[in-house]
Amino acid sequence: MNSLIPLLVAAPLAGAALLLLGGRALDRFGHWLATGLAALSFGFGLVLFSDLLGRDAEHRTVTTRLFSWVPVNGFQADVSFRLDQLSMTFVLLITGVGTLIHLYSVGYMAYDERRRRFFAYLNLFLAAMLLLVVADNYLLLYFGWEGVGLASYLLIGFWQHKPSAATAAKKAFIVNRVGDLGLSIAIMLMFAEFGSFAFGPVFGGASGASEGKLTAIGLMLLLAACGKSAQVPLQSWLGDAMEGPTPVSALIHAATMVTAGVYLIIRSSAIFDLAPDAQTAVVVVGAVTLLFGAVVGCAKDDIKKALAGSTMSQIGYMVMAAGLGPIGYAFAIMHLVTHGFFKAGLFLGAGSVMHGMNDEVDMRRYGGLRKYMPWTYRTFAVGYLAIIGVPPLSGFFSKDKIIEAAFAKGGTEGWILGLCALVGAAVTAFYMTRVMLLTFFGEKRWQPDAQGNAPHPHESPSTMTVPMVLLALGSACAGGIFAYHDAFLKWLEPVTGHSEGNPPFGSWTVSGLTTACMLAGVGVSYLMYGRSPVPVVPPVGSPLTRAARRDLLQDDFNHAVLVRPGSALTATLVFFDSRGLDGFVNGLAATIGGLSSRMRRVQNGFVRSYALSMFGGTLLLVASTLLVRSF
Amino acid sequence: MNPVNYLYLSALLFTIGASGVLIRRNAIVLFMCVELMLNASNLALVTFSRLHGTLDGQIIAFFTMVVAAAEVVVGLAIIVSIFRTRHSASVDDSNLMKL
Amino acid sequence: MSVLLSATCVVPAAGAVLTAALPAGSTEARRTTTKYVALGVSAVTLVLAAVVALRFDPHGARYQLTESYSWIRSFGITFSLGVDGIGAVLALLTAVLVPVVMLASWHDADPAPAAPGTGPDPDTFEGRRRTQGFFALILAVEAMVVVSFYALDVFVFYVFFEAMLIPMYFLIGGFGDRAGGPESARQRSYAAVKFLLYNLLGGLVMLAAVIGLYVIAQDQGFGTFDLPGLTSAIADGRLRLSGTAENVLFLGFFFAFAVKAPLWPLHTWLPNAMGEATAGTAVLITAVVDKVGTFAMLRFCLGLFPDASKTFAPAILVLSVIGILYGALLAVGQKDIKRLVAYASISHFGFIIMGVFALTSQGQSGATLYMVNHGLSTAAWMLVAGFLISRRGSRLIADYGGVQKTAPVLAGTFLIGSLATLSLPGLAPFVSEFLVLVGTFTRYPAIGIVATFGIVLAALYALLLYQRTMTGPVKEGVREMPDLRARELAVVAPLVALTILLGVYPKPLTDLVNPSVNATLSQVHETDPAPAHPVAATSGGEQK
Repeated sequence: MNSLIPLLVAAPLAGAALLLLGGRALDRFGHWLATGLAALSFGFGLVLFSDLLGRDAEHRTVTTRLFSWVPVNGFQADVSFRLDQLSMTFVLLITGVGTLIHLYSVGYMAYDERRRRFFAYLNLFLAAMLLLVVADNYLLLYFGWEGVGLASYLLIGFWQHKPSAATAAKKAFIVNRVGDLGLSIAIMLMFAEFGSFAFGPVFGGASGASEGKLTAIGLMLLLAACGKSAQVPLQSWLGDAMEGPTPVSALIHAATMVTAGVYLIIRSSAIFDLAPDAQTAVVVVGAVTLLFGAVVGCAKDDIKKALAGSTMSQIGYMVMAAGLGPIGYAFAIMHLVTHGFFKAGLFLGAGSVMHGMNDEVDMRRYGGLRKYMPWTYRTFAVGYLAIIGVPPLSGFFSKDKIIEAAFAKGGTEGWILGLCALVGAAVTAFYMTRVMLLTFFGEKRWQPDAQGNAPHPHESPSTMTVPMVLLALGSACAGGIFAYHDAFLKWLEPVTGHSEGNPPFGSWTVSGLTTACMLAGVGVSYLMYGRSPVPVVPPVGSPLTRAARRDLLQDDFNHAVLVRPGSALTATLVFFDSRGLDGFVNGLAATIGGLSSRMRRVQNGFVRSYALSMFGGTLLLVASTLLVRSF
Repeated sequence: MNPVNYLYLSALLFTIGASGVLIRRNAIVLFMCVELMLNASNLALVTFSRLHGTLDGQIIAFFTMVVAAAEVVVGLAIIVSIFRTRHSASVDDSNLMKL
Repeated sequence: MSVLLSATCVVPAAGAVLTAALPAGSTEARRTTTKYVALGVSAVTLVLAAVVALRFDPHGARYQLTESYSWIRSFGITFSLGVDGIGAVLALLTAVLVPVVMLASWHDADPAPAAPGTGPDPDTFEGRRRTQGFFALILAVEAMVVVSFYALDVFVFYVFFEAMLIPMYFLIGGFGDRAGGPESARQRSYAAVKFLLYNLLGGLVMLAAVIGLYVIAQDQGFGTFDLPGLTSAIADGRLRLSGTAENVLFLGFFFAFAVKAPLWPLHTWLPNAMGEATAGTAVLITAVVDKVGTFAMLRFCLGLFPDASKTFAPAILVLSVIGILYGALLAVGQKDIKRLVAYASISHFGFIIMGVFALTSQGQSGATLYMVNHGLSTAAWMLVAGFLISRRGSRLIADYGGVQKTAPVLAGTFLIGSLATLSLPGLAPFVSEFLVLVGTFTRYPAIGIVATFGIVLAALYALLLYQRTMTGPVKEGVREMPDLRARELAVVAPLVALTILLGVYPKPLTDLVNPSVNATLSQVHETDPAPAHPVAATSGGEQK
């Protein structure tokens, strides 16, 4: 059974290699090949899952070692895999949602001349993401970690002829690199501390290390997680990443890759549990991002960017839950999985809308699409209800648990976090209702596109609607299934551990509060966008709205603090290199050259002056000889 | 007569030749001045030979004469060919090798 | 005594003479013959170098396949050759890169088209002899570099270390980029002279140190230049250098190697040389010749002057970290593609030197691997850039845009080169860069962390270049750009394949290099710092 784990990664990797090297011969059926390989990987995942289920809970960790990757004395990095309940959950999510999105892309990318390459990149992404979650040491995880970064870079910039896409891709990669810096340093710290960076030794030895070291490792891991999961302060790339084709936004920038940070934190729970300061930092980052993303989501008129803000905010929930410690680990993962379903579904719905509307993304130019795209409307509505947490859809169960866990943290901290989460829930309801109303309800505000073609909205082909329906089913039911007799919790508990906190009030109270907040958000949104006509040109808005439209001035901040001083420094150094260092060298050369040309004047071309110098020289020689002799 | 006087004469001739080389521009005159210097040293050599009572100096003087004769052949040929192409015998005019 | 090593050195040398002596290339057919002869010789050298690497037994003696011929007996100079794992790997790298460079420069040395007033007339000496000269010079460089990697005699090493400047000088000065007019010819000769003067200065200082070492050794009865003899005598105290003498001699050797490597702030010749030379020559400079400098630090500086190496290591590490960040920042600010690659190389050389002087096995194995991987990846990057430049006739980044639309394969391979430069995991440079960083971090955490910022800057310059040249709307002048031709694909394919292979499975290299690195470290009397809380490996990670 163990030998299936490498195949899990190998199948999509082979697909990527085939499609990239295969040339035009594969243009006709390459996309089906890629989809088939993704499905095959999902099949392997199911087989492995049933195998794990067949074992008792204590023996559900399977490891397998392929070969030695980088062996240098004490530094031993292997290509070895570990499959346990945590990675299994991710494997199923990645391959399952991944297969659906492959299928969706067959329809979505049907008319793109570079479709083969698109599918190659999608397969590459699956391979890297699977490697990330089944790796058995941090260096191999890092391999997958940067691999998904590469796939994300390639896919965001898939339409490279658009400068905005190319810029967004580069920005995503570089911001992620800042996070990767954290992961690199964390691995170095582990190696210096434990002499290893494989999961087993590191987690086993964590209790022996000093808290300071563990806090440092934890903070570095958090930096990595911030980069990949678009958490404050490294969140600025996610909104721009929406330049990529919509299936990419659904798979990579909503369901899977951006949740890798949550995986990293929970995978490293052994370290975080012993480093309370690092945990606090995780919670703070999560809570801040939760609100940050929600506020940004409220102000965006671009449907994908609004959803991106929402993704940021939902991952903030997960990170916050992951920072709560054993109270929250399992719930973070549960929310991650349900979020994977409904957010992917929402993005696919958005893609379907764009598909019908000549690639228009501005929600102010939508309206009344409910009748024209019935399936898109229905699936989107299920996703909408799930994300705002309407019982008994899946978002209700997972988000509710996180809010409960936040209160259960206890003390002032618990109250602050709980309130943040509640406010977040209200704002989520507000902006999602806004998206829903602007897109599917109200009067038609359609505008002709740049070429003057009026939109003719139509339902998408079945390759696109089938995945949407399946994801909607998941969004509707997953939460209930997971929460039934705490099945999900019991499944994950051997890996993540679990403890009940001491919540200030019962779980029914929390549910009631959450639902009230949600209803309030929906109500306000309805009053603002459902009752009165929506202007096509956005109103100026309050200072907060204007700031939120610009991602709360994140880019301006980065520009002022990093980019501008950075380019000034570069310019200074370029000047210094050519005038300073090289100037010194060239100056030396010029001095010697000048001296030589002055001495050259002695060679004036007059024979008699040469003769004079000869006589003078002889005289000097004779005189000095005589002088020496006389002593 | 005291042979040392010949040495004074030789020094005088050499000085005349040397100052001629330094002052004059005409290649022929220059050449004659060089010859004068050579002969001045010949005179000195012969005088020393006489003073020391050995033949070494006289033998070297013969060598010098032979070399001087060879030099005259080459030198005059060069001067003549320069004069033919440039219509001048002034040494200051030939400065092609100067940068 | 096997003659394998001398054969590996003699074949390219003889090939150089043969190539130069071939009938003058006034016709296309004759020129092609010349090229195939040179390519054939380099292929034979590759086979020989590969046999050397395969015959080398990592668990055997420190230096193997040794040969020795007496040369200048009165000074104790013998022409002795021998390999350790490091030398074998680097000689193999050289042998791999030379045929690739030749293939990439296939038409770089053809006489210029007989358009009025351009370039040398095919009937002049220069025009007729150009092709022979170019390929013979490349083979000459190869021969000298290989001797340097195999030399076990300090004097022999010195001679070839210096002598390779001469063919390099002519390659840089004589065969520039076709892109520019007379201005570029002036720039080129400036670059060539600068290259020569810098390196001669370094060599001169080294010569003084070589002589000084000999004098001191002779006073104590070791009238020899034999490296293994000297190092073992120094290691067990039979040969004693006073502290000052050792420091001064170390600096003398190190200065020459630091100029060649190049280490900040002695780097300013490199951007000029790489910018003005043809892409093939630029690869020879940065991927082959410069490696002799870093290799020599590992072999000569550490072996002959262990105490001084330890004394100066912190200072050198600081310089190398400055080099890493400085090179990367300057690469960000470049407007010229080739100069950008040159500054990126300066940054990479910072990593290599840092790995050498971190004095840990990870650092030094990483540095050796880095030399190989940087050679491969920069060759791919630079050569594709060269193909790009030859199509458009400009080195300015601003003249490009949207190339991926018209030449997708070219853009794709360029992207792989860029990703290798920024050390993406899965590609070879990642392995070596991470080893260097880890190796440095375990001994000097602060320096390790600062150096890690280099990976962010690397992403910045590599992807900025890609974005500006390859993406966006198609620019005028790029519209008709043809994609890679078969010959060009044959150049890039092996480099890309090796970069990926060594990124996923570098074990064959590490197996060769590790024992030699351990031997080097024991000469310096250093061991790896032990982890603070060592943990017995429970899963994976077991060691044989």
